[in-house]
Amino acid sequence: MRTPFTLRFLAAMPRSGWIAMGCFAAVTLLLMPALHLFVPESSPFHVSNYAITLGGKIMCYAIVAVAMDLVWGYAGILSLGHGVFFALGGYAFGMYLMREIGTDGSYHSHLPDFMVFLDWKELPWYWAGSDSILWAMILVLAVPAVVAYVFGYFAFRSRIKGVYFSIITQALTFAAMLLFFRNETGFGGNNGFTDFKRILGHDITSPEMRATLFALSALVLMLTLLAGRYLAMSKFGRVLAAIRDAESRVMFIGYNPLHYKLFIWTVSAMLCGIAGALYVPQVGIINPGEMSPANSIEIAIWVAVGGRGTLIGPVIGAGLVNAFKSYFTVAFPEYWLFFLGALFVGVTLWLPEGVVGLWKRIRARVAA
Amino acid sequence: MTDIGPTMKRLLLTLLMLFLPASNAFAALDPALVRQLAAEESDDKIAAIHQLGASADADAAKVLKAMADDELLVAGEAVFLFDGERAVDAASGAAIEPAPETYESITVNNRVRSELSNALAALKLYDADRGVRLAAVTELQSNAGIGMVPVLAAALAKETDAEIRALLKQAHAQANLANPDVAARLAAVESLAESTSPATRGLLLPLLETANEPDAKVRKAAAQAVEAIEARLAFGEILGQVFSGLSLGSILLLAALGLAITYGVMGVINMAHGELLMVGAYATYFMQTMFRAYLPQYVDWYLLAAIPVAFLAAALVGMLLERTVIRRLYGRPLETLLATWGLSLILIQAARMLFGAQNVEVANPVWMSGGVEVMAGMVLPWNRVVIIGFTLFVLALMWVLMQKTRLGLFVRAVTQNRPMAGCVGVPTARVDTLAFGLGAGIAGLGGVALSQIANVGPDMGQGYIVDSFLVVVLGGVGQLAGAVWAALGLGVVTKFLEGWSGAVIAKIVVLVIVIVFIQKRPQGLFALKGRFVDN
Repeated sequence: MRTPFTLRFLAAMPRSGWIAMGCFAAVTLLLMPALHLFVPESSPFHVSNYAITLGGKIMCYAIVAVAMDLVWGYAGILSLGHGVFFALGGYAFGMYLMREIGTDGSYHSHLPDFMVFLDWKELPWYWAGSDSILWAMILVLAVPAVVAYVFGYFAFRSRIKGVYFSIITQALTFAAMLLFFRNETGFGGNNGFTDFKRILGHDITSPEMRATLFALSALVLMLTLLAGRYLAMSKFGRVLAAIRDAESRVMFIGYNPLHYKLFIWTVSAMLCGIAGALYVPQVGIINPGEMSPANSIEIAIWVAVGGRGTLIGPVIGAGLVNAFKSYFTVAFPEYWLFFLGALFVGVTLWLPEGVVGLWKRIRARVAA
Repeated sequence: MTDIGPTMKRLLLTLLMLFLPASNAFAALDPALVRQLAAEESDDKIAAIHQLGASADADAAKVLKAMADDELLVAGEAVFLFDGERAVDAASGAAIEPAPETYESITVNNRVRSELSNALAALKLYDADRGVRLAAVTELQSNAGIGMVPVLAAALAKETDAEIRALLKQAHAQANLANPDVAARLAAVESLAESTSPATRGLLLPLLETANEPDAKVRKAAAQAVEAIEARLAFGEILGQVFSGLSLGSILLLAALGLAITYGVMGVINMAHGELLMVGAYATYFMQTMFRAYLPQYVDWYLLAAIPVAFLAAALVGMLLERTVIRRLYGRPLETLLATWGLSLILIQAARMLFGAQNVEVANPVWMSGGVEVMAGMVLPWNRVVIIGFTLFVLALMWVLMQKTRLGLFVRAVTQNRPMAGCVGVPTARVDTLAFGLGAGIAGLGGVALSQIANVGPDMGQGYIVDSFLVVVLGGVGQLAGAVWAALGLGVVTKFLEGWSGAVIAKIVVLVIVIVFIQKRPQGLFALKGRFVDN
């Protein structure tokens, strides 16, 4: 008899995992928003605008890191172009945010400012329906999914893998960046989208909206972790790991790796899209710089720092690296690249399993 | 015999003239014609100018020159000019004694003036010096009117130099376009059809209209001529694109050759490869600074000195990277990707701190500036020509190194089968280091070339890694010939697409082409023969 879904789902994580997740939920869904909204600013317990935005931003990064871990850690596909899916999600939601500005822009036109600037008279066809948040949500999922599916289909079908695949994904994000830099593409060129005013009529900078977006990011992150964990523990996850370790053998047994890779690749891209959509209203800007190859490869280092194939590792990695970055780029801006470069080298040389691996090693030594 | 008549006097003077310097020797011009230069009507003047111009006479040139300079003077019936202090009759060259007290210069309006300059140019067509003739015909080219037809025809009959003949023929045809005779116009149009210049096309275009050209046959011939010229112009443009494609391709090749070696030998992509180009470019900059400071008289030759310096600098950096980092990641290609990316960040930041975040100025040496004109409207810049030549040189060097030396043999052996090579005594670890140094050094050479056509700055290498990897993928691993074809092909295709659709779309299309190509031939253009199991 098949185990019921709920049981299988619960079994995906050990009890300690569920407890940790409960704690995380309590802090991010209740405590932090409450401290932000209801504690007066003078109090030392108040969570500032800066902190809540930074937290929300890092959680969006963490979602991307988990998505990356699904393809890299479990399927052995190192993507150096995940930033493109993140940015596509951000742009899709950004279109809605631009329309929501209404006639409050500098030119008081119903068109977004940059279109007025380009002397466009009406919205291009692909902006149709962008004033509906529902359509925006569909685009956030569909655009990265379609791009990833088509790209992945052709790449995996011809069994491009390893460094070949990595470099091609980097070329993909580079080409996309160039495309979005053009004014004629219709997404604001260099400057991208910014100066958002509201979501569903509510002020985007109000504390309530910030707290909501923060909590939403946390919720999506937890769901992503759970879904990832479930996938990884399932039969699907095992086949995926088998493909990672010996693709030819899996093929000889009778599986078609194309479907497995394509599925996880597309899911990962959609997760990135969601993360991008949550990220844009919190930081208030999206521009083609998000698609730069450097950004995408940084995602890989979050995963590597945390530990590949652990799901929780990438969350820790994204948090650590970005917290460091926020501090470093202010305190010693000229040394940040040295530090980041050293991190890339150091982690690959001495911490191949990331901090999670380090923690396991320490525990093993303590136990011995 | 004291009273010698005026006729005798003139005769004596003429005799005397024979012994004077040649410049004063006036063989007589037709006095009536010279007199006509001072006529009231511009048309009369112009007719006289044409006749004088067609005479191919050095004296006529002198008179016309004087007229153009407003120094041809009229006093009553006499037309004369001053030669130093003496007044000289324009037609005969005889001195006029005493010099007239009152005189005025001949009025030259704009129409007459342009005819004058044409006539003067036409007279130069008979000059003994080829250079003068060439300059004259080039000048005539721009404004040859119907009046010039006889002059040009006469010059054409005498001219022997092929280049000048061709130009004369064209000018003649151009002048004939306004000929009232239909047959002459037709011949002119047909002869102009051989031109390659956009200006000729501009001349012929109005003839397509009935208003400008009443004869249908001429209109048809003009249409054909325009078509022929356009086809030739398009061909020139294609040649230009092929050239810039080759030039881009040679840069890609220099960037990719090094990558091909390291990827072939060790199976790792060095993401810091672009930064090795940067090291080479900064080494060039360093040498330029050194030459300016210590050897200013040889500053034009800094580039030659930069070649070995850039090679060594990049090779040293490369070997250092291999020894310290890449060697330890053997068998983990994806991690190598990340580690070398980290190295590239460190190198970029180091360059920023050493040389500043701004681009530095690397000047073309004098012998590399300018260009060579291969056909009308197509100039090949020297720096690009030199770079293509330099690429050939590097390629030849590589070929010798890989095919004729022991190191090359070892590198090829390790590329094909590392464990086997190790078994027969190839010191694989040392070969790795040397191969990496070689690849890095060639990237440094690429940097030297790049410094001559692109900005030199800390971020300059970032854009090259993807492009050079595409070359390696297309060409097949460890294949010199493959890399050459792939680089030149990519370069030419990119340039054509750029001309057709803009740089961004070109980049995207090239990427799609490469992906589709890999579907068909996963091993690249030139696959190594043998049976492979993926590892």
